[in-house]
Amino acid sequence: MSADVGKLPLMRQQVVLSGVGGQGILFLSRLLAEAAIAAGFPVLTSETHGMAQRGGVVVSHLKVGGFDSPLVRTGRADLLLVLKEENVALHREFLADGGTLVVNAPVPTDAGPRVRVHAVDADALALSAGTPHAVNLVLLGFALTRVGGVTAGGFFCTAREIREALSRRQGGGGSRLADSLSALDLGIAHGT
Amino acid sequence: MSDRILMQGNDAIARGLVEAGCAVAASYPGTPASEILSSIDRWRKKCGATMHVEWAVNEKVALEIAYTAAITGLRAAVSMKQVGLNVASDPLLSAAYLGVTGGFLVVSADDPGPHSSQTEQDSRLLAMMAKVPVLDPASPAQAMALAGTGFDLSETFGVPVMLRPTTRLCHASQDVDAPPFRLPVREARFVKDPARWAATPAYRRMLHDRLAEKIAAIAAWPPTAPIRVNPEVSPAKAVVASGVAFAHARELFGELGISERIALYQVIQPYPLHAAFIDHLLETYAEILVLEESAPVIEMQVADRRRVRGRMTGAVPGTGELLPEIIERLLSGFAGLPVPAGALPAQGGGRRPTLCPGCAHRSSFYAIRKAAPDGIYPSDIGCYTLGINLGAVDTVLCMGAAVSQAAGFDYAHRLSGKQVDIVATIGDSTFYHAGIPPLIDAVVQGARFVLVILDNGTTAMTGNQPTPGTGIGAGGETTAAIDMEGLVRACGVRFCRAANPDRLPEFVALLKDALVHAREGGVAVVIARQPCAMVTRAAGGKEPGAIVITGECTGCRHCVDRFECPALVFDEAANRVRIDEMICTGCGVCVYVCPEETIRAESAGEKRS
Repeated sequence: MSADVGKLPLMRQQVVLSGVGGQGILFLSRLLAEAAIAAGFPVLTSETHGMAQRGGVVVSHLKVGGFDSPLVRTGRADLLLVLKEENVALHREFLADGGTLVVNAPVPTDAGPRVRVHAVDADALALSAGTPHAVNLVLLGFALTRVGGVTAGGFFCTAREIREALSRRQGGGGSRLADSLSALDLGIAHGT
Repeated sequence: MSDRILMQGNDAIARGLVEAGCAVAASYPGTPASEILSSIDRWRKKCGATMHVEWAVNEKVALEIAYTAAITGLRAAVSMKQVGLNVASDPLLSAAYLGVTGGFLVVSADDPGPHSSQTEQDSRLLAMMAKVPVLDPASPAQAMALAGTGFDLSETFGVPVMLRPTTRLCHASQDVDAPPFRLPVREARFVKDPARWAATPAYRRMLHDRLAEKIAAIAAWPPTAPIRVNPEVSPAKAVVASGVAFAHARELFGELGISERIALYQVIQPYPLHAAFIDHLLETYAEILVLEESAPVIEMQVADRRRVRGRMTGAVPGTGELLPEIIERLLSGFAGLPVPAGALPAQGGGRRPTLCPGCAHRSSFYAIRKAAPDGIYPSDIGCYTLGINLGAVDTVLCMGAAVSQAAGFDYAHRLSGKQVDIVATIGDSTFYHAGIPPLIDAVVQGARFVLVILDNGTTAMTGNQPTPGTGIGAGGETTAAIDMEGLVRACGVRFCRAANPDRLPEFVALLKDALVHAREGGVAVVIARQPCAMVTRAAGGKEPGAIVITGECTGCRHCVDRFECPALVFDEAANRVRIDEMICTGCGVCVYVCPEETIRAESAGEKRS
């Protein structure tokens, strides 16, 4: 149990991230969780490991604020980030009424009424930038811009906190951090 | 910036163990427990503790190594997944009788669902059978704390203690306070006492009596007693929950606003359940709902069938994971609220897992079906279980069973005067774990089959832990390496050859030779040796490829259906195959697979002809 239950009642955000094994869903959820901690919020995530990571359906849950359970219930997610468009049908049930779907797709996917949809062809962008493995960060950059910050009813963190979390994770030298940051920026540019 | 850091449940368990002075840690990888040992090694390096940390050849060996440290007075831990506990159950049951002098923790991670396991078994039931106390944490932070409590419990009563997390804890991450390490230092000291450490049956009876006394005392030990969440109210109903089911329940108590009407208890130690707690429950409440995973361990100890509801009574589903949606329905019903009709999250559906692009197992399975099209294909536990997608996996039972099942198929058919081609597959790690005794048995009995050892030099499925063949230890240190061919020959196998399965035509020919030997001469072993594609990719070993499909693709689907590489995508509209450049590794094996020869490797590569 988080000892901080009830301490920050104003921030309660539930996010579901969906994709297939190899797309970097796990990395994305940990990055967001670290950004949440840096912003001073308690955080709980739930990850997918094992055989599903071999190209199967992978889903992460992220709960920012005072929660006990690591899982998001159906109909409760404020935000659904989908890296593989075909998963929208599988995981749209997680979205709350008025929730937001951000999907890696050339055109917005129909997710039913009462759901705001933002789409970006993150595959094409990542491939054209020569960083196909950073498709997750392209989508995240796009989502951060499109969904907006917490004052706009959006993300609990901003691109600045994600950049800092990336630097902490990948700041050990080499080109990885630069590649990641440019993928994030690519998404941000397309969300603006 | 706070000193709270993000820790995965397994990371938190590891931190708790190292912090509590664990000196010896051993494990065999298995989801959801795999990250515990690698994390122990990271914490060890971070705090400079002197430890022995190893990936053991299997769970039985791991448990015996850690247990032995605990009878020299050191603190020690072994971690595994729940089916690994089956393998380690033999020493565990004896260790409970003999006891320990230093703290000994058995971390056995369950997988309700199951998400990545053969069974949904409940390790707490095995703890009960062994008469070993078991702790059931609800969050990463609590698991970290209970590692230390578990060592204290173990040393107070001189018994092994089980810590039982589940998938949703192991693979949850949470912000956890990480204070500086305080490292106790102890010296190993084995005090000889053959009547205890080598007890004969007469002494075992006495040890059993002593164990029963210990368990009765542990059922009154205050630090692990159940916790009442809402002591300020006195309702007639109670919910008793443990593990992650408690975490779901606690959150829902707040959301549903039922804290005034129902008492909520967290059970920390499901076995032995505190005796006074059982009395208190039955004296105080008219109705008691028990929420636990996966078996009714708490429920069966509160044995009043008129008042207790749970998995035994059918009030709670008897199988499967207790998802928060299910707990919401149960709590709503129990509280007399309208039961929500919300959907359960999708179980299954969507894209099925497949072998990675560039994975050499795919080549092996394709070759096996070419060489023995009418064969029987026993297989085993690992990534290569996914050979089922390629029609080259007929049976999967448990670790090592590919070898014994191959032999079993031969004996069964032989009785009916039939000879079938049997080609079994087993990974290198699984072979070392449990494949050697059945191979010796098969040689002795004259079984006729081909065993293909898929040697990718790693335990891939669980996150690429080293195998005994690699010469690399848990902390990256150099160790002795086992010579696989020498080992196979020492088992009495006369046909043993290694080859790269990505050279498909040669590999098919080798399998055919092995089949000829097997039909007449007994067991033949083919070692399919090629590094794991994930390791190659992580090392930046291969450039994304220049594989192209020429205009002559007829849309026959042979490559898509029989080779099933995720980088080969069938374009229904154009009725032809295209390459997904996002994931193609350029291995070029599909060049051999296309019957129309319309797949080409554009640039010269090592493996392309």
